[in-house]
Amino acid sequence: MKQNIINKIWNKHLVHSKAGFPEMLYIDRILLHEVTSAQAFAELKNRNIQIRNKQNIIATVDHSIPTDKNRIVIADEIARKQVDTLRANCKETGITIYDIDSHHQGIVHVVGPELGFTLPGKTIICGDSHTSTHGAFGALAFGVGTSEITHAMASSCILQDKPKTYRVEFKGMPNKYFTAKDAILKLIAEIGIGGGKGCVIEYVGEYIRSLSMEARMTICNMSIECGARAGLVAPDATTFAYLEGRQYAPKGQDWESAKKEWLALNSDSDSEYDYNITIDITGAGPMITWGINPEHAIALNETTPALDAGGDKATLEKAYAYTKLQPGQSLLGTAIDFAFVGSCTNGRIEDLRAVAKILDGRKVASNVTMYIVPGSEQVMEMAQTEGLDKIFTAAGADFRMPGCSMCLAMNPDKVPEGKRCISTTNRNFIGRQGPNSITHLASPQTVAASAVLGKIAAEEQLV
Amino acid sequence: MKKFTTLNSHIIPLAIDNVDTDMIIPAQHLKSVSKEGYGENVFSALRSMYPDFVLNKPQYNTGKILVSKENFGCGSSREHAVWAIQQYGIETVICNSFSDIFFNNSAKNGLLLITQPIEVINEFLAIAEKDPAAEMTVDLPNQTISYNGKGYHFDYDGFRKHCLINGLDDLDYLVSHIEEINRYEQSHANA
Repeated sequence: MKQNIINKIWNKHLVHSKAGFPEMLYIDRILLHEVTSAQAFAELKNRNIQIRNKQNIIATVDHSIPTDKNRIVIADEIARKQVDTLRANCKETGITIYDIDSHHQGIVHVVGPELGFTLPGKTIICGDSHTSTHGAFGALAFGVGTSEITHAMASSCILQDKPKTYRVEFKGMPNKYFTAKDAILKLIAEIGIGGGKGCVIEYVGEYIRSLSMEARMTICNMSIECGARAGLVAPDATTFAYLEGRQYAPKGQDWESAKKEWLALNSDSDSEYDYNITIDITGAGPMITWGINPEHAIALNETTPALDAGGDKATLEKAYAYTKLQPGQSLLGTAIDFAFVGSCTNGRIEDLRAVAKILDGRKVASNVTMYIVPGSEQVMEMAQTEGLDKIFTAAGADFRMPGCSMCLAMNPDKVPEGKRCISTTNRNFIGRQGPNSITHLASPQTVAASAVLGKIAAEEQLV
Repeated sequence: MKKFTTLNSHIIPLAIDNVDTDMIIPAQHLKSVSKEGYGENVFSALRSMYPDFVLNKPQYNTGKILVSKENFGCGSSREHAVWAIQQYGIETVICNSFSDIFFNNSAKNGLLLITQPIEVINEFLAIAEKDPAAEMTVDLPNQTISYNGKGYHFDYDGFRKHCLINGLDDLDYLVSHIEEINRYEQSHANA
């Protein structure tokens, strides 16, 4: 029978399947961070259950960790306890932790791929919804809650209902200012934040094939923002070129046979999906969000929607009141207070290079505070080697230490009340970047151009 | 895990789509290493920003049944959202649809999520609007919601129903299949 990649990976990992029961899915890899793991370790301890396959688990610290240079000292006592609890749990159980100054600390979804821990065909879970990022490698990777982390640590399995499959094809070639971030925002605007519910998405098409691994990760990362459980891209030569030689990737003869096995994961031609959509990006330009969830996205050169343009009118009214905007207006020229580059969506080296290219020889506008937070210590070190840090500092941006930072404002990096931030992150929910803060999601290029001009702007305006 | 059989309560009406887990429990409240202590911060941002938010209204805020609309629980995978809702005192959430991760997390903690067509949701919201004290009965064994002599059937997965009624969690089920896990691992040893 013809199968798509999603069903191939799913079926290969079925341990037990019985009518009337959820399926028992084998989990190859678990990623841990400080926020959602403590209660899992505690539960296992309470029930006197040993961790199964600790070699398949790695941990790092990202959400609560400060991003200032003196991050060893965590002033927030509760955050410190959370980080220290993960350290103690890893020490006690023998799980490898990539702690600060290990050269591999960082946002869990940046670190996994960098280490080659993320591999094609694997099932990967993490207590974080952006685990979908790892799908860029042709892995089936999804976010779970603390209970399922507990289950997987205890049994290497979790119970799941089989997902529906969704084929998303990006068709045509966009204009030169359009990035992977714009592609995923365009999809979410089109199908809505619940449009992928119950599904795993496979992204296909010539545009996807042309993208780097970093860009594919940006797209898969935000699959959860349209409600999909996961998103993935089938492995190809680009995937292999990225993975070859990485720490956890197979070596020598194993590498050669792994590549063959991974290529065989590609969807059979004419395989079927539960849902299909084609997104035409011919000539498309950059996107930006105006409202309070990621489906509130428009092209930068469009105007905000009318209240009766579709969707729940009360939500649209609430969104406009919160973001202090009006229906039918252009966002271009709206003054900003903060610009943020970073996160598991856009905190990789390619993103920092794009920002540096725009900031080189320019200054961040005096009304704007700009944070640039590398996704990992590896990204930070690469940026330093390439001299990007000097460009950022000369432009007046604050180049900080790795972590989730201002994406969710769990650590001290917050957008102050009432302030407006243009951000490379993934959620513009109410209060996401700090109580009463306003968020506009956009690409690194749009964020950098806006930081320079002090208002929402297109990269094109600087040419 | 907490057992669930039946429940009598008035409704907390939250007539919006896409209630996300950042709304349910903002990130600044996620720093605890315990599963306790989240109830007081449920919907904290909305409660402080909007004086007329439903949980600020005494006629509603002691309800144990929360009724909302489309795509409830979207966004972050934080199970803290389920803990916060339960610790506040809510035992059932009735919506038009739920996000996947929130749905899974709820079943694992004994929070009953019920899906109803949008017409029924709107009917329930109207009932609560008109009479905040109106009580409904949720009966999981019989899969019905009843109000004022009228019954509404709801679908519920058999396995999850069994777990909820008996207070069993998935871990017991998984551990009971350990032989199959061993066999799977042996046959995939070189994969």
